[in-house]
Amino acid sequence: MNIVVCIKQVPDTTQVRIDPVTNTLIREGVQSIINPFDMYAIEEAVRLKEKFNGKATVVTMGPPQADAALREAISMGCDEGVLVSDRAFAGSDTLATGYTLAMAIKKVGAVDIILCGKQASDGDTAQVGPGIATQLDIPQVTYVKKIEDIKDNHATVERMTEEGFEIVKTSLPCLLTVVKEINEPRIPSLKGRMKAKKAEIISWKAVDLDLEEEKLGLKGSPTWVSKIFTPPPRPKGQVFEGDCEDTTTKLVEAIKDRLVA
Amino acid sequence: MDYLLTEEQVMLRDLCRQITDEKIMPVAAHYDETEEFPWDIVKVMAESDIFGVYIDEKYGGMGGGLLELCIATEEFSRGCAGIALAFSATALGTDPILLFGSEEQKEKYLPSIASGKKLAAFAITEPAAGSDASAMQTTAKKDGDHYILNGTKHFITNGGEAEIYTVVAMTSKDRGARGASVFIVEKGTPGFTFGKKEDKLGIRGSATRELIFTDCRIPKENMIGKEGQGFLIAMRTFDMSRPGIGAQALGIAQGAFEAAVKYSKERKQFGKPISSFQGIQFMLADMATQIEAARALVYASARQIDAGAKSLTKDSAMAKMFASDVAMKVTTDAVQIFGGYGYMKEYPVEKYMRDAKITQIYEGTNQIQRNIIALNLIKEMSK
Repeated sequence: MNIVVCIKQVPDTTQVRIDPVTNTLIREGVQSIINPFDMYAIEEAVRLKEKFNGKATVVTMGPPQADAALREAISMGCDEGVLVSDRAFAGSDTLATGYTLAMAIKKVGAVDIILCGKQASDGDTAQVGPGIATQLDIPQVTYVKKIEDIKDNHATVERMTEEGFEIVKTSLPCLLTVVKEINEPRIPSLKGRMKAKKAEIISWKAVDLDLEEEKLGLKGSPTWVSKIFTPPPRPKGQVFEGDCEDTTTKLVEAIKDRLVA
Repeated sequence: MDYLLTEEQVMLRDLCRQITDEKIMPVAAHYDETEEFPWDIVKVMAESDIFGVYIDEKYGGMGGGLLELCIATEEFSRGCAGIALAFSATALGTDPILLFGSEEQKEKYLPSIASGKKLAAFAITEPAAGSDASAMQTTAKKDGDHYILNGTKHFITNGGEAEIYTVVAMTSKDRGARGASVFIVEKGTPGFTFGKKEDKLGIRGSATRELIFTDCRIPKENMIGKEGQGFLIAMRTFDMSRPGIGAQALGIAQGAFEAAVKYSKERKQFGKPISSFQGIQFMLADMATQIEAARALVYASARQIDAGAKSLTKDSAMAKMFASDVAMKVTTDAVQIFGGYGYMKEYPVEKYMRDAKITQIYEGTNQIQRNIIALNLIKEMSK
C-alpha cells in the first residue's frame, strides 16, 4: 500500500500574536512546527504502513526551512520526504496549493491513500485537502476519526459530524482528512530521529513538475484577503436560575425579546 | 552552560525532555499518590529506544555510555525521580553484566534489557547489611552444577517488577570480603519470591521490595565473573552507577528550580512579583549556581569513565555526594520560595524535596561517600 501524507509547516500557535496595527501575524522569534492536525495524519500514515506493510511518503509545499518538518515526519516513521519548493509558488492560495500538491503527488507515483490534517492551524481554511482530491479527481472523505477497514480496493471510515459520525465506504485511491480523535501521535524514537537526520530529502521545483504556469503562485490564486483580525471574544452567556417552569418562562421571554428586536 | 554535547547527545536530551514534559510530568503526582508502577511510561521509554542508550549496538543498544545514561536520567528525574528509576535502576542491575558478564551472559540478557522488554535490578542490601555490606547473610552454596541461594534482600529498587536480578551472595562466609559472588537470577525461578513492598517518603513511583530466596537453585553459568569476586564487582558497579545517582539528584534539583523560578515570577506580594525581591533573587542565584556546579561534576565524572579512566572511585563518589547534597538544598529552598503553598501537595515542590532525600542515602550514604573520598585522597597523597 502506498500512502502519501501532506503536511504544512506553521508557526507554533501557542506563540502566535496578531499585530493590532497591521493585522498580520507576528512571526518574529516564533518557532515553526508541523501543523498539529497533520501530526495525526502522519501517525495514521505510519500505522497504515505498519499494518499493511506499505510505504509512506510525506509531501510538503513551502520554503526550504520546511525540510525540518519533513525530517520530523520521517523520524515518526515515514519512509521518504518530498519538498515542493520554488519562488514561483509564492503567494499561492488554497486553489494554487491544491493544484501544485496534486501534481507533486502524481509524480510520486501510484498512490492508494492520501492523508491530510483537517485544516492548518494558521490559515484554518480546511480547503487544501479537498482541493488536492478535486484536482486528482478521486473521492475524498473529510473529518475522518477512524479508518475501520481497508480491503478489496475500498476503505471504510468513520467521519465526524456535528451530531455524531457517518460510516463512509469509498473506493481507492482516495483522500482522507483526519481529526485529532483518530489517534495519539507517537514520540519519535531515538533510532527514528537518527534515521531522519541522515535522510535524503527529495526536492522538486516548478520545472520538475508538469505544471501549467498560470495556475501557480499569485497568478493562480483568485483569493483576495481584505482583512485579518482577531475576533472579539464571545460575550458571556446569560444564565437563568430557578426551577424548570420559572427558567423556561424566562428563556421564552428572552427569545421573544430577541425576535422582536 | 554549554557542555559541548555531541549532536546525538543533544538529540537524546531533547527526546527525553519531550517524554518528560508530555508524558511524565502529567502523571508524576498520580504515581506519587498511588505508588503504582509506571508501566505506561516504561513502554514509552522502551519504544523511544531509551533503555539501550548505554548498551553496545552489538546487543541492540544505541552504543552510548555513562554520559548518555546520565543525560536521560537527569531529564526524566526533572519530571519524576520515582518514574526515572524504572530506567536508571535497570542500568544499575545491568552494570555487573556489562562490566564482568561473559559473552554468553551478555548475548542472553542485554538485548531484552536494551529493548526495554525486561527491567533489571541490583540486590546487595539486607536488613542487617546496609553500609556494612560485608555483614551480608544471604548464602550461595555450591551443589554440582548449581548454586543454592538462601536469604533475604531488602530495599531492592524495581523489586517484583524487574525480570532480571543481579544478586550478591556469600559463597564462602569464612573468606570475608573475598567470600561473595554475584548471580543472575530470573524472576520465576523456583525458590525466588517477593516479600514486603515498602511505603516510602519519596520516589513513590518506584517499587522497593524484598527478595526472598529459599533453596533457590541457580545454574553455575549464571555466576558473573568468578567465585569470590562479588565485592569487587559490587564496588566497580557502584563506581559506574554513582554518577547516575548524581544525575538523578541533578534532575530533581533542576525540576524544583524551574518550578521555583516560574512561581516567583507569578506570585505577587506587596504589589510586585516576589522575583523582584533581593531575598528571593539571592536564593535563585545560589540554586542555579549550585545546580550548574553539580552538573559539571556529574558530566565530568561520567565522561572520564566513558573515556576509559581506571581510577574513578573518588570522582564518582564526589559526583554522587555533591549533586545529592545540592538536590536536598535546592529542593528545600524551592519549598521556601513557594512559602505556604510549597508545603501543600497541590504544588509540585514538596514532592521534589521528598524525592531528593533518598539521593543522599542510597548507593552509599553521603557519609560513606566522604569516607571513600577521604580514603582515596590519603592513598593518593601517600604515593
